[in-house]
Amino acid sequence: MSAREQVFSAIRRGLGVTGDEAPRRKIVADRLADHPTGVVPSRGKLEGDERIGLFLRMIERAAGTAMRLAGPDELPGAVLDYLKRAGLPPALRRGEDAYLAGVPWNRTPDLVITIGPSDGHDLVAISHAVAGIAETGTLMLTSGSENPTTLNFLPDHHLVVVEADTVVGDLEAAFARLREREGAEHGMPRSVDLITGPSRSADIEQTLILGAHGPRRLHVIVIGDPRKLRASPAARKRRAKAAAAAAETSPPVAR
Amino acid sequence: MSRPPSSPTFKENAAAALADPALQGALHFVETNFPARRRAAVEALPEFDALRDSARAIKDHTLAHLDLYLEAFEQKVIENGGHVHFAPTAADANRIVVEICRAKNARLVTKGKSMVGEEIGLNAHLEAAGIRPVETDLGEYIVQIRDELPSHIIMPAVHLNKAQVADDFRRVHTDLPRDRDLSEPTALLAEARATLREKYFEADVGITGANFLVAETGTAVIVTNEGNGDLTATLPKVHVVITSIEKLVPTLEDLSQLLRVLARSATAQEMSVYTTLFTGPRRSDDPDGPEEFHVVLLDNGRSAMLAGAFHDMLRCIRCGACLNHCPVYHAVGGHAYGWVYPGPMGAVLTPALIGVDQAGHLPNASSFCGRCEEVCPVKIPLPRLMRTWRERAFSRHISPKTERAGLGLWAFFAKRPKLYRLAFGLGMRLLARLGRTRGRFSWLPLASGWTAHRDLAAPQGATFQAQWRKARRNA
Ligand code: SF4
Repeated sequence: MSAREQVFSAIRRGLGVTGDEAPRRKIVADRLADHPTGVVPSRGKLEGDERIGLFLRMIERAAGTAMRLAGPDELPGAVLDYLKRAGLPPALRRGEDAYLAGVPWNRTPDLVITIGPSDGHDLVAISHAVAGIAETGTLMLTSGSENPTTLNFLPDHHLVVVEADTVVGDLEAAFARLREREGAEHGMPRSVDLITGPSRSADIEQTLILGAHGPRRLHVIVIGDPRKLRASPAARKRRAKAAAAAAETSPPVAR
Repeated sequence: MSRPPSSPTFKENAAAALADPALQGALHFVETNFPARRRAAVEALPEFDALRDSARAIKDHTLAHLDLYLEAFEQKVIENGGHVHFAPTAADANRIVVEICRAKNARLVTKGKSMVGEEIGLNAHLEAAGIRPVETDLGEYIVQIRDELPSHIIMPAVHLNKAQVADDFRRVHTDLPRDRDLSEPTALLAEARATLREKYFEADVGITGANFLVAETGTAVIVTNEGNGDLTATLPKVHVVITSIEKLVPTLEDLSQLLRVLARSATAQEMSVYTTLFTGPRRSDDPDGPEEFHVVLLDNGRSAMLAGAFHDMLRCIRCGACLNHCPVYHAVGGHAYGWVYPGPMGAVLTPALIGVDQAGHLPNASSFCGRCEEVCPVKIPLPRLMRTWRERAFSRHISPKTERAGLGLWAFFAKRPKLYRLAFGLGMRLLARLGRTRGRFSWLPLASGWTAHRDLAAPQGATFQAQWRKARRNA
């Protein structure tokens, strides 16, 4: 018997099943297909500016720093400002992300920007998050040449741009965005990083120290206005479908 | 090759721990620090208890369908270009990991914290194969250079103070100036960070554990605060996840439920700093990440637990809350338990994994105060499971002769209520007199099996039965 068969038959012996039972198979197939949502904290249900406010507060509670900008045009100045205040040279590493590429960086000619993954020699990196999660002040970043994973962990300072209309209330909503993103039919990206504050350790006498193996500082920049919330195409489709189904099943309303 | 458990000498270990002032200082910190912080984190989330029920239900559901979720998980890992290896025993798991490393001619591997890695004694096996493992979690790194087991499943070096760590760093980091200042934790962390940074880049293989496996997507989820797990998983050419079969959850939504209870229970955080979902190796257009992704799934006695009385223990998400709230752990620390898993969760799990004849003392290391069960995020009835082990040990005649004789005597009286009342009433009054000054005994004739290791609270003067009758009359 192969090691694999050994493990499976031991599990099935323990459960008293053969593995062929159709009802069990259906329960599992349905759960995987429907992925039902469980308990979602009510604080995740805030909307608009309140939601952004919670997001920023939770980032700060996790020892990160955060700011808001009206538009991407303000980003180069804000970044240069951050570097100056932190006493850092005006240099920045980023990936090929289209949003970051569209920022008018030429407004700050002093800022040297290089593109690609990190080899450990960059002091500062900037990334573009897929989503922000208000309930815990968490960022969702995905691997790829747009925002290389090494930028999230090797530099001392990590700046992360979040578009205001991608700030969701709760973790489940962030996973829903992940399922709806371009290329989702090919499954998950290699890595999905959920980041809440800068790296830390409390392993020595339980003294909390920031900057363990990852960044010493995490600075989040929320750009834009949450009120212009635009639904993703998949969410729009789903809503239309739900409305159509409701119209079919509900009795006609008397006028 | 791996360290033999010292669980059989639990009583001696505990006595030594109680007499160790450095250890007692460190443990005092756990007791005064953690319970209050966890309570604050839990109180900040009104839905916490509903989430515990949800987490428990998810784990129970997954365990009941474990074979099918494992199949789904395996298929997704393969679809994403990864490899799945099944390891019925610890020896199988060690052999598989060593083979993966050998195929890459690996000389150096970096490791993220993995309790499963500790369980199978992976480091010793790698070293025997000529491969150097370097732990990268700060606490694990410290216990590795001291050649110790972790004393806590979340904070491996919680038994040490900063002066002890500074001594170890001076002993091991010989290329640094001898007179450098290592008086503060910040200096120690900075030194470890610089030392380990180089290792991430030099390593041929990165080995991590997993907190959860997601069947829906074929994903291994790793939760850390330091970022060491991510560097270990991202920089070397090969990422090996060494984990066990009960870590599965069905979907990303189920994962969300468990993450909400894990960080709050473990470290009183809303969310750990890094929760990373790893799915397969580097894609064709990825600029970073490993070229190979392996998941090694260990059974090592877990499938056998599915059927029996200890089924509930398989829900454990290794948060450490039961250790942090346990008066016995506060008194003796993790090493006294003699193996990888300490505290209440260890007292239940260790006998299941290494045998009740090796670890039969551990389920006795309980005051049955019930705090562990109260704080467990997946509501494992730890006191009941410990009691079940005690009953088994008793019926298998493993418990010491005097204890058996004592229980036999008690049974004799218990079956004869009148005699019971008389004998115990007398005894109680006597004890109350004797113990009036201190309120407790540290020695009693015929009871040294108890008092050698703990004080016995002096009774308040009347038996429970007498008090009960009095209370009923007064009501
Ligand atoms: S038994 Fe419960 S409290 Fe203890 S480590 Fe496991 S999940 Fe946490």
